Amino acid sequence: MSLARTWAISLVGIEGVAVEVEADLSDQLPDFRIIGLADKALGEASQRVRNACANSDVPLPSRRLTVNLSPASLPKHGSGFDLAIAVAALATQLPLSADALLRTAHIGELGLDGRIRPVPGILPAVVAAARAGLRTVVVPRANEDEAALVPGIAVVGATSLGDVLSRHGIDARLPDAEPVHARADQALAPEALDLADVVGQDDAVAALLVAAAGGHHLLMTGPPGAGKTMLARRLPGILPPLDDEAALAAASVRSLSGHAVTDLSRVPPFEAPHHSASAAALVGGGSRVPRPGAIVRASEGVLFLDEAAEFATNVLDALRQPLESGSITVHRAGYTASFPARFQLVLATNPCPCGNRGLRDAVCECPPQAVRRYRNRLSGPLLDRVDIELTLLRVGRVPEERGRMSSREGAALVRGARERAMRRLADTPWRRNVDVPGTWLRSGPGALPPAARAPLDRALARGTLTLRGYDRVLRIAWTLADLDGVPMPTPDHIGRALFLKRGTVS
Amino acid sequence: MARKDDLGRAGERTAEAYFRGRGFAILDRNWRCRSGEIDLVVADAETIAIVEVKTRRTAAFGHPFEAIGSQKLHRLHQLAREWRAAHRELVGGRTLRVDGLAITGDPAAPLRIEHLRDLA
Repeated sequence: MSLARTWAISLVGIEGVAVEVEADLSDQLPDFRIIGLADKALGEASQRVRNACANSDVPLPSRRLTVNLSPASLPKHGSGFDLAIAVAALATQLPLSADALLRTAHIGELGLDGRIRPVPGILPAVVAAARAGLRTVVVPRANEDEAALVPGIAVVGATSLGDVLSRHGIDARLPDAEPVHARADQALAPEALDLADVVGQDDAVAALLVAAAGGHHLLMTGPPGAGKTMLARRLPGILPPLDDEAALAAASVRSLSGHAVTDLSRVPPFEAPHHSASAAALVGGGSRVPRPGAIVRASEGVLFLDEAAEFATNVLDALRQPLESGSITVHRAGYTASFPARFQLVLATNPCPCGNRGLRDAVCECPPQAVRRYRNRLSGPLLDRVDIELTLLRVGRVPEERGRMSSREGAALVRGARERAMRRLADTPWRRNVDVPGTWLRSGPGALPPAARAPLDRALARGTLTLRGYDRVLRIAWTLADLDGVPMPTPDHIGRALFLKRGTVS
Repeated sequence: MARKDDLGRAGERTAEAYFRGRGFAILDRNWRCRSGEIDLVVADAETIAIVEVKTRRTAAFGHPFEAIGSQKLHRLHQLAREWRAAHRELVGGRTLRVDGLAITGDPAAPLRIEHLRDLA
């Protein structure tokens, strides 16, 4: 057999594409060519493969080997193709089962001694292999746990090239060295962040519950020390746990970012990029290899921008489109990559550059135009997408130790509210209150009777509320009703929604 | 003469015997011109083969064929054209190709002989 085929997976963003690796052995002078838009790391695979084969006692034939990666027009990158190239090249002269090779994807980087090293992005790659209808995927032992998270495909964790060949029925030498282990990830012990730690900000906690229940984006304005960061970090703890699809998507992004993924975390991710972040750091980029940005890592979870007004305005405005569409497409000369970006935005900012504005016992020395400039950093179109605007003050007294809501209680309330919203929106394409468009709220089947809307209509007539603000108040009112377990917002809910839309919390 | 040259000569004699045993006629050996030297020219009814013979006692320093790089191959094709120009009467409509013959082990009793046809 002078022609052999197997499969590997190429990642474009978070989408995997099954790549057919064909090897042809021709009676020509010894040569090893890899064609099919390989990058530098992949082009060097020929050296790694040749040495790994020789050191596994199965030297490559001294003839011309041509390896083609198909589809040939798709740019491929990285070292994860080494194993598939080695197996296909060896199968041109060793009796490996062609059928078995065609049903198997081989993923892994080879060391010169024939050991298989872990590669990033295993999870999305195995998902793609399963989707492509492959039965088995051979992955580095260090990535085995991660690959095993994907249902519907048999996962084989291999330590070395010899190990892979012996599974295909070929005798080869196993390297003496220890198998390569995954880079020990400093397991970030999940901090015990409980809602009960927040003292003296009961109204802010209530607003956080509303944000969690309706999926509303949130802006918190307040002086340093008011607890903005503390509140934001506790939002993932009260959000509903991720379902299978969302958990897999979130884990895929983590895998692509080079983190070891060993279990499917159901906790929504939380990303808090520093305010010096560039637009590319936030949305994703990279000149040859697309890399997910912070908003992609926050997908299905929370993106927290602390000191939001310190971010560059172009960086903030880059968020507008993904907020609208729930995904981000990164365009570069060599590729176009789409990533999911369904995040809940939480902004925190000081009221002015010095942070003292509005405090009773401190003096704000900022000139008025500086304050105005500071506020204008957050552009109108961005704030348009933020439903809840919360103003916090510092806690003025040490509160008594009694009856504060814990994260567990909060999560139960949020889950109940989400279920009620989903039942109500069952016939629509929307699942959360934040997704519902304004026209449906005003004139759709869920429109409120005029009596309930009266305070809103008055505010609109007086000009204190824009029509867009009107829609936002309605949305929040529905979430409040869901939280209280009543079928329709009451005038009291409308009042509280008006307060959350632009309210002050002491 | 150095040992390596003895080995080379012995290898070329083994190569001659190899081609004779397969029904080839030996047209020329160690033909030299300004561009270099051809080890062996053999022919059957349809083709004439310009043969580069590589002999190695062991494969410890690489396969014999690995000693034929792209420059050497290019020169072999150049030599083939020059040989044809000098021997028009012998060619007689037959096609020319460049072959490689690798002999591993003692040329008198070689371990392995590998023959690559029509190198490109």
